[in-house]
Amino acid sequence: MAQPFRLSRGGRVDRTRPIVFEFNGKPVHGYAGDTVASALLANGIHLVGRSFKYHRPRGILSHGPDEPSALLSVDRGPGRIDPNNRASVVEARSGLRTTSQNHWPSLDFDVGAVNDLLSPVFVAGFYYKTFMWPRKFWDRVYEPFIRAAAGLGKAPTEADPDRYANRHAHCDVLIVGAGPAGLAAALAAARTGKRVILADEGPEPGGSLLHDTTAQIDGRPAATWLAETLADLDGRENVILLPRTTAFGYYNHNHVAMTERVSDHLPSSATPGPRERLWQVRAGEVVLAGGSHERPLVFADNDRPGILLAESVRVFINRYGVAPGRKLVFATSGASAYQAAIDARDAGLDVTLVDLRLEADCGPELAQLRAAGADVLTGHTVVGSKGRKRVTGLIVAPVGSDGRCGGRRILPCDCVGMSGGWTPAVHLFSQSRGKLRYDESIDAFVPSISAQAERSAGAARGTYDLAACLADGFAAGAAAAGSDARQDFTATATFTGFQPVRIMPTDANPTKVRAFVDYQNDVTAKDIKLAVREGFQSIEHVKRYTTTGMATDQGKTSNMNALGIVAGQLDKALPAVGTTTFRPPYTPVTFGALVGPARHALFDPIRTTPIHEWAEAHGALFENVALWRRAWYFPKNGEDLHAAVARECKAVREGVGIFDASTLGKIEIVGRDAAEFMNRLYINPWTKLAPGRCRYGLMLKEDGYILDDGVVARVSDECFHVTTTTGGAARVLGHMEDYLQTEWPELEVFLTSTTEQWAVIALQGPKARAVIAPLVDGIDLSPEAFPHMAMRTGTICGVPTRLFRVSFTGELGFEINVPADHARAVWEAVFESGQAHGITPYGTETMHVLRAEKGYIIVGQETDGTVTPDDVGMAGMIPKAKKDFVGKRSLARPDVVATGRKQLVGLMTDDPKLVLDEGAQIVADTNQPIPMRMLGHVTSSYWSANCGRSIALALVEGGRERMNGQLFVTTPDGFTRVTVCEPVFFDVQGERINA
Amino acid sequence: MLETRYRAARALPLGAQTRSAPTGSGVSVRPAGAEARFSLRARLAKGAAPKLAGLALDAPINTVGTDGEVWLARLGPDEWLIGGPEADADLLQGRFHDALAGVPHSLVDVSHRNVGIDVSGRQAAAVLNAGCPLDLSETAFPPGSATRTLLGKSEIVLIRASAAPLYRVECWRSFSTYVHGLLNEAVFGVEGPAAH
Amino acid sequence: MLLIACPNCGKRPETEFRCGGQAHIARPADPMAVDDGGWSEHLFVRANPKGVHAERWCHIHGCGRWFNALRDTISDRFVETYPIGEQPKSGVKPGTILGPNSATQSETRA
Repeated sequence: MAQPFRLSRGGRVDRTRPIVFEFNGKPVHGYAGDTVASALLANGIHLVGRSFKYHRPRGILSHGPDEPSALLSVDRGPGRIDPNNRASVVEARSGLRTTSQNHWPSLDFDVGAVNDLLSPVFVAGFYYKTFMWPRKFWDRVYEPFIRAAAGLGKAPTEADPDRYANRHAHCDVLIVGAGPAGLAAALAAARTGKRVILADEGPEPGGSLLHDTTAQIDGRPAATWLAETLADLDGRENVILLPRTTAFGYYNHNHVAMTERVSDHLPSSATPGPRERLWQVRAGEVVLAGGSHERPLVFADNDRPGILLAESVRVFINRYGVAPGRKLVFATSGASAYQAAIDARDAGLDVTLVDLRLEADCGPELAQLRAAGADVLTGHTVVGSKGRKRVTGLIVAPVGSDGRCGGRRILPCDCVGMSGGWTPAVHLFSQSRGKLRYDESIDAFVPSISAQAERSAGAARGTYDLAACLADGFAAGAAAAGSDARQDFTATATFTGFQPVRIMPTDANPTKVRAFVDYQNDVTAKDIKLAVREGFQSIEHVKRYTTTGMATDQGKTSNMNALGIVAGQLDKALPAVGTTTFRPPYTPVTFGALVGPARHALFDPIRTTPIHEWAEAHGALFENVALWRRAWYFPKNGEDLHAAVARECKAVREGVGIFDASTLGKIEIVGRDAAEFMNRLYINPWTKLAPGRCRYGLMLKEDGYILDDGVVARVSDECFHVTTTTGGAARVLGHMEDYLQTEWPELEVFLTSTTEQWAVIALQGPKARAVIAPLVDGIDLSPEAFPHMAMRTGTICGVPTRLFRVSFTGELGFEINVPADHARAVWEAVFESGQAHGITPYGTETMHVLRAEKGYIIVGQETDGTVTPDDVGMAGMIPKAKKDFVGKRSLARPDVVATGRKQLVGLMTDDPKLVLDEGAQIVADTNQPIPMRMLGHVTSSYWSANCGRSIALALVEGGRERMNGQLFVTTPDGFTRVTVCEPVFFDVQGERINA
Repeated sequence: MLETRYRAARALPLGAQTRSAPTGSGVSVRPAGAEARFSLRARLAKGAAPKLAGLALDAPINTVGTDGEVWLARLGPDEWLIGGPEADADLLQGRFHDALAGVPHSLVDVSHRNVGIDVSGRQAAAVLNAGCPLDLSETAFPPGSATRTLLGKSEIVLIRASAAPLYRVECWRSFSTYVHGLLNEAVFGVEGPAAH
Repeated sequence: MLLIACPNCGKRPETEFRCGGQAHIARPADPMAVDDGGWSEHLFVRANPKGVHAERWCHIHGCGRWFNALRDTISDRFVETYPIGEQPKSGVKPGTILGPNSATQSETRA
């Protein structure tokens, strides 16, 4: 198909494989190997977007990752829409649908372009100055307006259907960038046999060699050297070559994050793998060979479509076989643009070059270009451009040594290639916390002092000559691999050197022209000068005030020009101004890549017990407790939570209930000093606890506050079976190991987590004994032989068990510990046996209500990390004779012994049907002025079917002194009156538990 | 015997999970069957280290040894994870206690706490590296290596007993669904063009 | 992500570890004999140096053992790791500010 600007020959595109994609609904034809940008240019399409603030027509500026303007939304099918893709790096393929952004109703006719006429209003700090007042306008008027007007693309609305992979990788040498320096580094490192990863963001390794059609390396064309080098590397087992892989973050200890774009470039039907892969590389040494970025020239209306970076013009011609125009003007202050101009001449294009430098300051490039038949105007500045949606002419003028401009002249053209010199890509180096140094000879910040095991090579540290780059890269690669090998390369000399220029000299009133520094955020030289005049001196402040460098391109093309302008305004040298901080990511990264496989069921482990499927099959609803999913309640016949829990609660107290307590933390504590260890960790005494007996244990942190609790059984003199709360299991084991290893290494004690070895089936209620009696062997279940708080070993259904007689309900209760893989069978046998007794499965909600009826605390509900044993009425558990345990000393701290601490009490509402809100605040007097003095809060609150009324537990200042007194608790409507009571609501005498 | 009967009846958490060897990467992720396992904590005196099933307790930390049936992985200075045939569970426990006479120790049956998943195939290490941050190269994690580490958000013990590309992943029971799912997703993650 | 040299397991990624704060704060042998001021000092007062800091780390998802480390809080470089109950061997004092090219320049190098 017609591609009017496709050159008849040249380029690395595959002309035998045509492709077609959509741009704004119209087909665009190109070839395999094209980027979206090169295909658009081949079809003469320069206008590809509207700018962020002024909605000015914008085109393609660059061929690479630094592109600030040509941002497209790319649609690869349902749910696969990404905004803000740089057209210069998206590989063109059939089936893509691309659309330009930031315009309405269309790219050609954009109403928002009126902003351009209003530009005197939109000065630096415009938002801060304009949208301040009136305050209430912010939510309703300003923010919606800004969001509607200033969006950069639209986020997709559907869930991303793609999958993303993650990979941890290790290597001896990681090389970032596969241009000449990176390739030479890889060669040198690979030859040592060390493990090498070479990553390059492009689809094809080679960097500048991919478009350098004239250079020779060691007597061969650069392309031949490239092919040979890649073949060499490819054949080595110790080298991983990753194209389409961007190193975007350099973290501590040589941890480098990279995204590999695995399948976006493939036809949608042929994608067996993930869309992207996140590589987390830990490298022994890193070689940064990421090259450099070209600087635009800052002159009036330097942003018209058709105005490109000079090297990008060269890339489009040489690599893609595309002429960005027929009549080209290059504008430059340095030598490298001459090569682009020569290559353009060789491609048969009409070329004029304007150089700010005087004739005498130019090198051999000048004669070569003239010999190629191009007009060269030295000592000329650019003062503006013509055209609207496409550049039609460049306005130039001679500039004298005094800086004054001579007579203007318009050079008609359809494309401009500009070059203001080069900026080494020091992003990753700076992220690694290396220190930069300003090198005046190349007007750039270059890597100076390393903070990590890395080195930069080639253009990334300001070495621009091809042969020097190759030698530099080779030396860096060898050194990184621990070798002192060196290799010299012969190569065609590169045109280097430029005259730094911040703003092109002009005779226009500088307050009237708009010369763009940051294309993506529409920041002009005028804006930056204004910011400095308004008192912003720190470059970090100027950046935030003007937003220069803050767009998705992070100022790759703009930062040096912005710095230079600030330095000029402040009359300071560049290094005195410094640079802004470079932060990851180097280029935008998809959320998918960062998330990787951690979605849906793989977002977090969902821990389930062996009883889980049974509970599901019996209609349980579940709640999350830490990572566990626990049965919450078992509704029958359409019951709601309230009805189901009321039924379950009554069933336990009147008959028997079965509950899955498998999630309880369990620790086997074994060793000669086990009892002593327990004495030191718990407030309770353990020495005299007989084997086969249990005790409720309470554990404090050293600050005296409750850490965890649970029933502990003494299995033998030297073995304890400890239980912890569900959420506290890992914390308690960690706490124990910490003290054992670091404070009491002399104790002969060993800890093993058995949380998941033992599943726990709790059987609670007056009929519990009758249910298990037929199933248990080897244990006398009679109350005399097996009292409350005892533990026996035997078998149940033939399965070995540690059978606890314990209760978290106040009823007769057993907790059947069996090895987890047998739990389901035992559970079903118990359930079957219980049918005759009306056995009722219950969940965590009923468990909570039943224990609250008895005033049993739950750590984390009644306690919040500031609650002592005395606060919850458990100080009596502490033996007077115990000299020390973790937390004891803190119980004598002045603030802990002070009066007026919050204490656990029960609350009864005047209205027995009113269930208080957990967390509700408590006050003594509702008529006091706001802010009221709050005495505490409700910690637990339920409807108790067994009590026939609501019940609540609360922590209340001096609570035990307030017994039978009245207080007020906040409700959604105001306050309600409550009476303080003992925190026990059912079976106050506690007789049922010993049944 | 009753004991034998209930041992045979273990309901493994991944019992229903099967997945045929996937295409492409050729990596197989297969839940292991019922096995006996013990967590051993012991304080070794200098010089004299007892042997269990012929395997020395004082082998270097982060190594595993096997007699073909029983494997013994040293996870730390005073910690070992031991695996063996399910049918020998009680026998092994008795033998180990005898061998450890006089050595301060704790031998705890964790057969049901742990779940094993075998990952094998040429790309097995790459699959594991989807979630495991360790260097699994031949030099860094050679045959005979074993260590506790992470796989995504789950703690695992990773064991490579032989030179074959076969790894045993041991995790806790309730994490096994997650670990198994993550490994299968990881198999997909190494597929596609330019598989490394 | 840091790379930390566990004395038992060698260099491992930070995610396998848990940091336990300042090292070398021993629990008093007889806490009840410590006065309120001393006890509050013991519980709550910690150094927060700019520079080298002695810390406790636990290789929680590895060998499970606690150890001590000297880490430069500016650069995150580890000077050394050493067993609980021992003193550092490097002689670098807490609070020292390391130069950019000190011998402990990189965890990955060496």
